[in-house]
Amino acid sequence: MDTLANLALGFSVALTPYTLFLAICGCFLGTIIGALPGLGPSNGVAILIPLAFALGLDATQALVLLTSVYYGTMYGGRISSILLNIPGDEPAMMTTLDGYPMAKQGRAGDALVISGVASFMGSFLSTIGLVIMAPLLASIAYLFGPAEYFALYLLAFCTLGGVASKNQAKAALAACLGLGIAMIGLDNSTGMPRFTGGNLHLSDGIDFLVAIVGMFAISEVFIFIESHGRNSALGVTLGKISIPWKDLKNTFGTMMRSTGIGFVAGVLPGAGASLGSFMAYMAEKGYVGSSGYFGKGDPRGVAAPEAGNNAAAGGAMVPMLTLGVPGSGTTAVMLALLLTLNITPGPLLFKDHPDVVWGLIASMFIANVVLLIMNVPMVKLFVKVLLVPAWVLMPMVTMVSFVGIFSLTGSYFDMILMIFFGALGYLLRKLDVPTVPVILGILLGSEMEDALRRAMVLSDGDWSYLFSSPIAIGLWVAAIGGFLAPLFLRGKLGKPIPVSDTTLDQD
Amino acid sequence: MTKLKMLATTAALMLAGTTSAFATECIAPANAGGGWDFTCRQVGKLLYDLKLVDAPVQVTNMAGAGGGLAYAHVVADMNTDADVIVAASSATTTRLAQKAFGDATADQVRWVGAIGADPGVIVVAKDSPFQNLGDMVAAIKADPGSVAFAGGSAAGGFDHMKPLQVMKSAGFSDITKVKYIGVDGGADAITQTIGGHTQAMTGDMSEIVGFIKSGDVRVLAVLTEARVPGFEDIPTAREQGFDVVAVNWRGLYVPKGISDDQFNAWATKLQAVADSAEWKETMTANGLAPFTKVGTDFQGWVDGVIAETETLSREIGVIQ
Repeated sequence: MDTLANLALGFSVALTPYTLFLAICGCFLGTIIGALPGLGPSNGVAILIPLAFALGLDATQALVLLTSVYYGTMYGGRISSILLNIPGDEPAMMTTLDGYPMAKQGRAGDALVISGVASFMGSFLSTIGLVIMAPLLASIAYLFGPAEYFALYLLAFCTLGGVASKNQAKAALAACLGLGIAMIGLDNSTGMPRFTGGNLHLSDGIDFLVAIVGMFAISEVFIFIESHGRNSALGVTLGKISIPWKDLKNTFGTMMRSTGIGFVAGVLPGAGASLGSFMAYMAEKGYVGSSGYFGKGDPRGVAAPEAGNNAAAGGAMVPMLTLGVPGSGTTAVMLALLLTLNITPGPLLFKDHPDVVWGLIASMFIANVVLLIMNVPMVKLFVKVLLVPAWVLMPMVTMVSFVGIFSLTGSYFDMILMIFFGALGYLLRKLDVPTVPVILGILLGSEMEDALRRAMVLSDGDWSYLFSSPIAIGLWVAAIGGFLAPLFLRGKLGKPIPVSDTTLDQD
Repeated sequence: MTKLKMLATTAALMLAGTTSAFATECIAPANAGGGWDFTCRQVGKLLYDLKLVDAPVQVTNMAGAGGGLAYAHVVADMNTDADVIVAASSATTTRLAQKAFGDATADQVRWVGAIGADPGVIVVAKDSPFQNLGDMVAAIKADPGSVAFAGGSAAGGFDHMKPLQVMKSAGFSDITKVKYIGVDGGADAITQTIGGHTQAMTGDMSEIVGFIKSGDVRVLAVLTEARVPGFEDIPTAREQGFDVVAVNWRGLYVPKGISDDQFNAWATKLQAVADSAEWKETMTANGLAPFTKVGTDFQGWVDGVIAETETLSREIGVIQ
């Protein structure tokens, strides 16, 4: 009852015509920012902080605006993933795997609607989870130490090989490449730079946003130039646009399961939205088994990562509000906003500032509903992007990529690095090596290494520390199971049916 | 009225990001959300609110190399720009002392001043056997591996230095044996400590204010000269017999090439911000202690701190 009364308080604070207007503006801007390659949730929110002050917004209004932008970008990231095979930001990367093949089959509209609904389900349910269980969930963060985080990343890593539907060895090779790239930068456990060649730009390691935009957007441009546009991503056909009720019904279970996984990943401060969408996708792929056609335009492969990453976005609010630990780059920015408003997140936030917390939660609900209403009809508008001639679209994608990457740190070095990754991406695609595992290797590699090194410091190098808690052991079992299961299952199911290459390169 | 407001909002949203070329620029050498970003945004806001500058201060986030990129950029490309200020803290001087910014040195910029300090703290979970700093030091002396510290900086960083300074002042010389893990910020470090994965947390007061108030943690010592206003029941390390003062000051530097008049103008403005009631309010709310040093006074203090950090870093082997 208490919760309901609090929620009513929240809505009474957040639901005024002006804040509603801010929510709509925020959602719209966020969707655009999210869809542009290189501009993701954290820059979107960061760009708007000074604006919130310039407009003289009070705490609740500022939070409403920024939450809408945050959720808007989480929704928007999928659009370019599906239409152009270029993820707008890193959590949307998994959506390219099935979203783009769907678009090539003329089902771009369906993919957008399914992913929009999945995004809504993911974030709406995770917000409810936040309302009901936030104080309880806060303690989960305490249970995860270096050993547990290592096992969690290991679990993610063990399923990496299965990302690509074709050649698992190539996927593993790509993941190792990513791991290698993750080694660059400051070594957290000794404070010494590694493989930086004395270059200050490399001492924080490689920003995976630079790698993503390079490998997807820039390499796409290279392929486009090489084939004079014939073999590029822009050949998708535009089918009839209607709401795919049947697919929505079929993917309902997927959305539910993925929301659960994404939410847990979000709640853990060391995991976050990218891991949430990855785990959701892999879990769903494993759950569906051989009846699925993941990687070739399975609607479940679109629903799973989108529900997962949006649920993680909601889940990340839990440690941010209750512990002051940001679970993602974006929540870090929102944390900064709270601090600037002289509100200190932490165990007492719910007690000290109920109006702010519940106003924020109410605004999350509002942003979600606004986004669903805005996104489904706007699908018609989005798919129009595909009608833009390639000679207009390609230079625009290139320009936006450069601007987006420049805005990260304001240095030309990242742009050069992005071109390098573009060349690498081009090379890998020519060799038919999937690029998604490279990014995941970069993403998981540095976190996994940090966790392992911390564990080794704490235990004086005793490996048994890694199996010292029930949670860690559980994750190890799941990881080993996840790695071995496909090998044995393959024996049972007989030889994998050779699949003709229907994924990326077929016209 | 509301319509007008909405119109204005729409216009402002359109203009997002475009600002006047003449506005003061405050460079935060990290992503939005950290201490430097906080310094820029708060000082920038007050500079404008107090009418010390004509236009709203524009904050630029220039993350990279722990502040090294911004440092190199200011030294190389903005050396005579009188309209730029850069956020700095103890982390900046620690890294300069450890030559972590390549071959950059502290005399390549001018240190305007510090206007507040985040007191260093040594914290344990509420169920920890250590009741005071003495208990903990004795335990480490008996078995250096028995206490692991978590902090928000990488090994060799400012958070790592704090427990080492305490141990040194207690006459313990084998400081490389003290266990430390660097995690992702102070809040993460406190989570690890409450969860029992590490035995103590070393960090800044502002990072744990919420946890102090909720009673989840016990602060063994605050590393300031006197007890911090608002937290009078927390003893200093000094009164427990360990003569260590380590505060993470929040301040600014400016390019080397500006004139003395321009430098003094910034020092005066910073002093005005430090003296304002709004800043005092901000400090209390965020667990910052008063710590005002501006102009040449600050310059001399920075030189001293860097020399001290260099010695300690050599002992733990972060630099040769």
